Amino acid sequence: MTATEPEAEVRELTYLGAFNEALFQLMREDEDIFIAGEDVGLTGGVFGSFAGLIDEFGERRCVDTPISEQAIVGLGIGAAVSGLRPIVDLMFMDFILVAMDQIANQAAKLKYMFGGNATLPLTITTNGGAGVSAAAQHSQSLEAMLCHVPGLKVVMPSSPADLKGLLVACVREDNPTILVKNKRMFGKRGPVPEALYEIPLGVGNVVREGTDVTVVAYGRMVPESEKAAERLAEEGVSCEIVDPRTVQPLDTDLLVASARKTNRVVVVHEAVRFGGLGAEIAAQIQEEAFDYLDAPVARIAAPFSPIPFSPGLERHYVPNAKRISEGILETLGRPVPGA
Amino acid sequence: MEPTVDILKDLHYRMLRIRLFEEAAGRLFEGNKMPGFLHLYVGQEAVAAGVCVAMRDDDQVSSTHRGHGHLVAKGGDLNKMMAELMGKADGYCNGKGGSMHICDLDLNMLGANGIVGGGTPIAVGAGFANKYKGNDTVSVAFFGDGSTNIGAFHEAINMAAALRLPVLFVCENNEYGEYTRRDKVMAINDVVDRAAGYGIPGVIVDGMDAVAVYEAAVEGLARARRGEGPTFIEAKTYRYYNHHGVQTLGMKYRTDEEVDAWKAKDCIEGFERRVTEAGLISADELAAVRVELEAEVEAAVEFGENSPLPEVSTLLTDVYTEVSR
Repeated sequence: MTATEPEAEVRELTYLGAFNEALFQLMREDEDIFIAGEDVGLTGGVFGSFAGLIDEFGERRCVDTPISEQAIVGLGIGAAVSGLRPIVDLMFMDFILVAMDQIANQAAKLKYMFGGNATLPLTITTNGGAGVSAAAQHSQSLEAMLCHVPGLKVVMPSSPADLKGLLVACVREDNPTILVKNKRMFGKRGPVPEALYEIPLGVGNVVREGTDVTVVAYGRMVPESEKAAERLAEEGVSCEIVDPRTVQPLDTDLLVASARKTNRVVVVHEAVRFGGLGAEIAAQIQEEAFDYLDAPVARIAAPFSPIPFSPGLERHYVPNAKRISEGILETLGRPVPGA
Repeated sequence: MEPTVDILKDLHYRMLRIRLFEEAAGRLFEGNKMPGFLHLYVGQEAVAAGVCVAMRDDDQVSSTHRGHGHLVAKGGDLNKMMAELMGKADGYCNGKGGSMHICDLDLNMLGANGIVGGGTPIAVGAGFANKYKGNDTVSVAFFGDGSTNIGAFHEAINMAAALRLPVLFVCENNEYGEYTRRDKVMAINDVVDRAAGYGIPGVIVDGMDAVAVYEAAVEGLARARRGEGPTFIEAKTYRYYNHHGVQTLGMKYRTDEEVDAWKAKDCIEGFERRVTEAGLISADELAAVRVELEAEVEAAVEFGENSPLPEVSTLLTDVYTEVSR
């Protein structure tokens, strides 16, 4: 099952609500699924992602662990190779760095190193993104590091409905996946089908059709790009927004098709510009669509510094609709207001 | 638990099977017939044999970079092992893992591991799965003294203790982390002292005595099966060869006298002497086992040498499990 059943009931849910609903439905469906991580049991997760699960599924399936990221991921790996389907939570994306050996050296490579003789249905969930004054160790977008490691799949949902469908795909996937929620989207509401459904990994989505320029964005940069596109539409600029949804594997075909159609591409991400996904996407587009491009592929991203604490600084750090609009206008060779 | 004669024979069989396999691997490595790194287990055989004889087949093992011994002791196929060490297509990992990632999931051997401390959290995860499923299977984490200095080890053993998981922690204290003496990097004399910090029982055994290791493992496994949580066994042992490769003597980091003193306590020679003197197993029977195992190892070397290199077409296979839904 990949598509939403048309007759299924669709309600408004928050981003976190969609995540939470998917967990309830998945855990009812499959006894092999459990959740483990810091405060995911009794507290329901520090952000409420896991609220209520322990009441229905008990301590056996909702495991409060020590603050031990390496052991949390290791727990997931060992349980996954033993036939379970673990969901382990790392509270902040920054904390994946604590667990990186288990993620990158163990989980990602086990199957290959063992000559194919291992299946690792492990889902790691975490929370990334800046903009809440969480400062340099609780705000990062580190997806490029993860995408660089063969064996992992990395998912960055941009809406409640995508979050639910992609989480389901991650949990049902027989490979290690990392699903990154964005902290500033927790309360964002959107239509979500009630039934359990799956959005396949590696398949992007044209969020908005347009003709003048392609904006490639994922995670919270999708709604931010939509805002920019709305403003620019008033000035007669038609933006196509393409959300790859999973950044590893990347839906290159979709991005390239859009680039060939609009002939101009702007890539937007929250992560720092240098060595970010934008570089990879720009490279792939020039490899596949060089003759179609009327301008260099532009990148709108965070500057190369740790993330500042003060709102006065942080608001200049994270890309927003204004910066995205400016980048689009520059790529179109049109005057940028105030520039 | 006092081992029966059948248990004694099994201990001897597995120790000798490891020894002969490793010696053969060392010769191939010396003859440039084996690429990469080779961390030989020779000297420590009593630990793998003692623990694995006490285990059930469904009990899992996580291993280390010095992991051949654990797979042999779990009943590993020597042909597939030798082929893997040579990087050949018929190896356990189709030539993609080599010495440091050798594994047999069907034997519940969850892999050697190239990262010190990297396997222990995985054993804890297997232990979690056993408890979750409500079976009485136990996972065993083998690790060295050096690994107890790394964060992953601390996280994993603490979690196992806190969640009361059925895991047996077996520290093979061979007194060296690579080329550095243990007492230079650890301010305690016995690694097992750390067990108290996790609130779990710890025992020291003579790691050159397979019977002592076996008896401690029987107790630790039974405790775990009863739902009483992890046990820490420190087996005092020694590796005859260097951290890597086949050199034994003439090294700066340890004296030849020290190596010879440990070799005088050799786990196989000592065992053979004791069981024959006690009239439990005859010298003829021990010799017959050796002949049988020498033939098995020789066949494994031949199997490995005759196995082809992996097809280039397999370079990019098994990065991911194919999704077919």
